[in-house]
Amino acid sequence: MSRLSHLQALEAESIHIIREVASEFQRPVMLYSIGKDSSVMIRLAQKAFYPGPIPFPLLHVDTTYKFKEMIEFRDRFAAELGVKLIVHSNHSALAAGANPFRLGTERCCGLLKTQALLDGLRAGGFDAAFGGARRDEEKSRAKERIYSFRDSLGQWDPKNQRPELWNLFNSRVEPGESIRVFPLSNWTEMDVWQYIHEENIPIVPLNFAKERKMLVRGNSLILPELDFVKPQLGDRFEVVKCRMRSLGCSPCTGAIRSEADTLPKIIAELIAVRNSERENRVIDHDREGSMELKKREGYF
Amino acid sequence: MSAASVEQPSPQSFDVEQFLAAEKSKGLLRLTTAGSVDDGKSTLIGRLLHDAKGAYEDQLKSAIRGGEIDFSLLTDGLRAEREQGITIDVAYRYFATPKRKFILADTPGHEQYTRNMATGASTAELAIILLDAHRGLTTQSRRHAFIATLLGIPYFVIAVNKMDLVGYDQEVFNRIRAEFEPFLERIGAKNYYFLPLSALKGDNVVEPGTHMPWFQGPCLLEYLETVETENRSMHAPFRMAVQRVVRPDQNFRGYAGQIGSGTIRPGDEVLALPSGRRTKVRRVVTFDGDLEMAHSPMSVTLTLADEIDISRGDMIASGTPPQTAKTFDATMVWFDAHPLDPAHDYLVKHTSNTVAARVDGVRHMINVATLDTEPAASLAMNEIGVVRIATAKPLFFDPYRDNRVSGSFILIDRKTNHTAGAGMILAAAEGSLEDAANRLVRLVRAAVPKGSQLNLPSDDAQAIEVVRGLLKGVLR
Repeated sequence: MSRLSHLQALEAESIHIIREVASEFQRPVMLYSIGKDSSVMIRLAQKAFYPGPIPFPLLHVDTTYKFKEMIEFRDRFAAELGVKLIVHSNHSALAAGANPFRLGTERCCGLLKTQALLDGLRAGGFDAAFGGARRDEEKSRAKERIYSFRDSLGQWDPKNQRPELWNLFNSRVEPGESIRVFPLSNWTEMDVWQYIHEENIPIVPLNFAKERKMLVRGNSLILPELDFVKPQLGDRFEVVKCRMRSLGCSPCTGAIRSEADTLPKIIAELIAVRNSERENRVIDHDREGSMELKKREGYF
Repeated sequence: MSAASVEQPSPQSFDVEQFLAAEKSKGLLRLTTAGSVDDGKSTLIGRLLHDAKGAYEDQLKSAIRGGEIDFSLLTDGLRAEREQGITIDVAYRYFATPKRKFILADTPGHEQYTRNMATGASTAELAIILLDAHRGLTTQSRRHAFIATLLGIPYFVIAVNKMDLVGYDQEVFNRIRAEFEPFLERIGAKNYYFLPLSALKGDNVVEPGTHMPWFQGPCLLEYLETVETENRSMHAPFRMAVQRVVRPDQNFRGYAGQIGSGTIRPGDEVLALPSGRRTKVRRVVTFDGDLEMAHSPMSVTLTLADEIDISRGDMIASGTPPQTAKTFDATMVWFDAHPLDPAHDYLVKHTSNTVAARVDGVRHMINVATLDTEPAASLAMNEIGVVRIATAKPLFFDPYRDNRVSGSFILIDRKTNHTAGAGMILAAAEGSLEDAANRLVRLVRAAVPKGSQLNLPSDDAQAIEVVRGLLKGVLR
């Protein structure tokens, strides 16, 4: 009789969490970001209820600025799973012309992600929402609970979190209040990649290096998919072998130069590069502790 | 973050397939640290993460102050903490070496944060108790050790930090050890390892350094990598609380749960509670195929040979049955700003069961510094005591010292929904009918060989002889 490997232990813990939520809440939903962490979370949900189906819908908060490949992947993936997919966007802000260049990344995220998420959750009457965030991603996340309580305005109070002991989760909420649940809390980026490798989990092709025509701006590599992403003085177009380390909106997610076109190569690259994956995301660097501020306001 | 696994690898020379194969069998160790603000805990953890290459470089960049890395800035996450320069909440850290992955629950040491310490300790197998060589043993060190043993942590590292401030003097280290050891023995800590170190200078953290040739034991990281923490729960009787009934169609009815303790195989006889019905396990079902054997803490789905009415909150057990009671005693750590109130309505969440409950009196409070018991009518935030809990429905449990899963519960305030306290079950309330019944069942089960019947002769004298024989067997 042997002990579990670290991935088996993490898997068992995550499945337990997902089953608890599905059993204790009236209307749970799983946030689906189309990223690799989401893909892992969905695999864990499949395992949790096997041989039954996943008993809750997926919700994608679509800024409409996501990479085209992501949206294609999303629709194919949901259809193959046979799970209900809800797509929610902040249409009124988009109609008013919201984009990161006009509003700045902070306000744009506030409207198209945070506001859209809160509206989407309210529209569905969801009292629990799974998210794929990991505690190793960012320092304020290291202190967030697995069950993260949100008040009726969707806000997080980091100084008043419910103590969380053993595997006993307090799922009590009043009408209007909700819980964000992070079943991957204890996974690291490396765990996620190893699990994808071991389990053969499909991920968006943008994760793999390929020659792509990119807009080169300083150190940034931008995939010019949208009309409002226009070359500025000093920019140039170049065919670059590159890939995305994390997937977000195409104007705000930079690619990295890479030769990693297979999972083992991505893992080897990760070990060699040792840079936090969020470095290429513009939003976290807006200001000191920006992620914590966003989360207090309701961002995932 | 297995970056630590290889020394400065390059994608060309690095054999990733070999790395992935090795990772497959790598185990996980959950540990917790406790220490006061000034004990240098953040510096120690920062150094562990940094030297084990767990800290990403861009996080390192933001921690550079005046040209040197301030290791404590790596770990203090929340804005309020940065402003106050102290750690106020449990933070989870992740690092890895080629031998193991680690999940570290980093908890603040201040008295107010007993609840955080208990939280971090609840899932840990090992505790690092950090103390300052310069200041010596403090009330807080005792508090940390006591809470860690209370929460059932089997392994301890007593890290005597800041040895650089006392000239790396072996006498100082020996004195602290001689003072602390009797306390550790008294609280029942068994596996403890005293380690002199300097987190600031790095001595005995990842490398031995040159300052303490008088100390021969392994450094902190080496100890963490190699300490054999056995999976105790795997050898306990089988317990699985049913989280959910999986019933996709009429042909399949399975009971999903995470195995709390023990092992299970198809064909094993099990007891379903509260129905008391016995049946056999037919299949151990998972997405990856049926299993020949499963053990704690795996999440599985069981199908049973007989149709039994089982739902969420029920327990499937084998071996010595769990205790069943509506009144039980428990050691309780109180979290809420609202003190424990026997007139108040609470909920107990125990395994997958949530039931209405009251606190039927506080038996005593425990002074954590002296371990003395003191009379008390209530428990305030961060206080610890022994209470009697009365629930609306019977619970199926084991004493916490035997089983951390079926012996633990949280108390939820019905009015505010706060998690008001955490409890570790001692036993069914002494003197109650339930207690007597529980004891008798355990006695008879232990005495009567499996499969045989207990037939008492009609003559009393002869019957007493039979029972005497049984008791002799039990007491032997």
